[in-house]
Amino acid sequence: MVPVLYDITFDIAEGEFLALMGPSGSGKTTLLNLIAGIDKADKGSIHVGDVDITTLSETELAAWRANSVGFIFQFYNLIPVLRAVENVELPLHLTTLSTRSRREHAERALAMVGLDHRMDHYPGEMSGGEQQRVAIARAIVTDPTILVADEPTGDLDRVSAEEILSMMERLNRDMGKTIIMVTHDPRAAARAGVLRHLDKGYLNDDAHQNPL
Amino acid sequence: MMLTKILFRNAFHNKLRSSLTILGIAVAILAFGLLRTVVSSFYAGVEAASASRLVTRNAISIIFPLPIAYTEKIRQVEGVKLVSYGNWFGGVYIDEKNFFPNFCIEPHSYFALYPEFVLNDAQKKAFLTDRKGAVAGRKLAAKYGWRIGDTITLKGTIYPGNWDFVLRAIYKGRDNTIDETQFFFHWAYLNEGIKKIWPRYAEQVGFFMIGVNRPDVAADTAVMIDQRFKNSLAETLTETEKAFNLGFLAMAEAIVTAIQMVSFVVIFIILAVVANTMAMTTRERTGDYAILKTLGFGAKDITILIFGEALVITLTGAAIGMVLTFPTSRIFGSQLATYFPVFLVSTETIYMDIAAAFCIAFFAAIIPTRHAIRIRIADGLRRIG
Ligand SMILES: Nc1ncnc2c1ncn2[C@@H]1O[C@H](COP(=O)(O)OP(=O)(O)O)[C@@H](O)[C@H]1O
Ligand SMILES: [Mg+2]
Repeated sequence: MVPVLYDITFDIAEGEFLALMGPSGSGKTTLLNLIAGIDKADKGSIHVGDVDITTLSETELAAWRANSVGFIFQFYNLIPVLRAVENVELPLHLTTLSTRSRREHAERALAMVGLDHRMDHYPGEMSGGEQQRVAIARAIVTDPTILVADEPTGDLDRVSAEEILSMMERLNRDMGKTIIMVTHDPRAAARAGVLRHLDKGYLNDDAHQNPL
Repeated sequence: MMLTKILFRNAFHNKLRSSLTILGIAVAILAFGLLRTVVSSFYAGVEAASASRLVTRNAISIIFPLPIAYTEKIRQVEGVKLVSYGNWFGGVYIDEKNFFPNFCIEPHSYFALYPEFVLNDAQKKAFLTDRKGAVAGRKLAAKYGWRIGDTITLKGTIYPGNWDFVLRAIYKGRDNTIDETQFFFHWAYLNEGIKKIWPRYAEQVGFFMIGVNRPDVAADTAVMIDQRFKNSLAETLTETEKAFNLGFLAMAEAIVTAIQMVSFVVIFIILAVVANTMAMTTRERTGDYAILKTLGFGAKDITILIFGEALVITLTGAAIGMVLTFPTSRIFGSQLATYFPVFLVSTETIYMDIAAAFCIAFFAAIIPTRHAIRIRIADGLRRIG
């Protein structure tokens, strides 16, 4: 066992858009996974809202994730055999919503990312930027309080990346989502309200309001 | 619902791989079905044997005869209802390769004892009243195009010379497990012929067939018959018809056991193939399972996805294989009619096909499922890209 992260203590305010920067292998993904409840820390505690997620069981954690967190990944992680609208509907299958309202929610989420016309396309039939927008729709369809994004623009061209970042900005500003975004692209980080640096498992104490 | 959609689409996502796997399963189930049918056909004669019939033969060997005079003595044994007798004739029709079983029998008692051979009354009467008359099974008559009234000549292999018979009746099996390829004629006719060539061998029979009153005490009746002839010139050995038939099959049984084992080996091989396919597809979907878990789906959902996919593929292949088993076994049956007079796919074989398909799916899915459930989400997600 090799420790990845050391003595990290920090707070994220509700409604904040935080960018987590650092070189490859510095532990950004690991930290993000801990916050989002898809990895377990050996020590320490993580409070989100008034829940200490480190005390939750596997099942409770799964339910908490389904309710409170939306996920956006570098490689979109859509289910390849599901159409865009089906991918967006997927998290709603863990709710008590009817078939019909699931579909309505999914269509609305797709409209918000400007993809209502691509509803019936499979991921393989869409560009990277479009797939990432579908992933954003999937992340917001359950109306979570937190969005976590791990290098969301890492696999995209400049134009698509800008689109995705603007979308995330709007989600933060207009819908009040707390966003934690891992990136090593300074231009992506520039869109966030707060910047933090992670280096070799240590979080630098240089949190500062983004000058931009 | 959504899971069903995903698992069905997953099953056919990689078209080439799915098709090849399904083809493999279909061929394996077909082979399994045919091998099982060989086995069950082999035992069909044994199964058709009645529990209420005994067979008495010479205690030294089946090739030694017994005196016809035993008929009366056997009839007097307590529990015996009906006695018939016959000889294996072993005649050849035109050419050696045209093999079919042919016997001479005492006709009145024989058909009373074997109600599974169904004769119409007019034909039966014609057969009984013609010394040279013969009865052939429906399949046999059809194979050689025989019609009632035709003269049929068999060349004796045990009893020399050409023997002419007139076909007087064609029997049907009571059900489809009854052999319809046998040929019977009058014992008296053979006996007359033997009197002329080897008088010493006349008035003898190869075996007695005995109907008993109570099948539950058939074994006791058999013992009493053999005791009746103890210390006589020709001692007897009496056993149930089933045991008698099995005795004939004893040697070939080793081969049948081998066939039975091969049929399971076939299933085992295809299990390995399907397990490999499942291991490959689930490995490719590691990220999918990780994202499902991330979204809050649990071990149960992952299990449904993987077992479901294995079942869809296996049952599709098995269904094709089972459907193909019927026409294929018909072709096999007609080619091998000489060896397997009854070659039918039994219900049991179909049940075994289905059971095999479920076993294949289960064992192919179990390890990938365990792996997909156990892998930490964070590790699963890292597999992408
Ligand atoms: N499953 C794992 N097993 C062992 N080491 C790992 C594993 N996952 C990540 N690491 C290590 O943990 C460190 C941090 O990884 P990660 O959080 O992915 O960094 P980043 O996202 O900043 O590139 C790296 O040194 C990496 O090699
Ligand atoms: Mg990373």
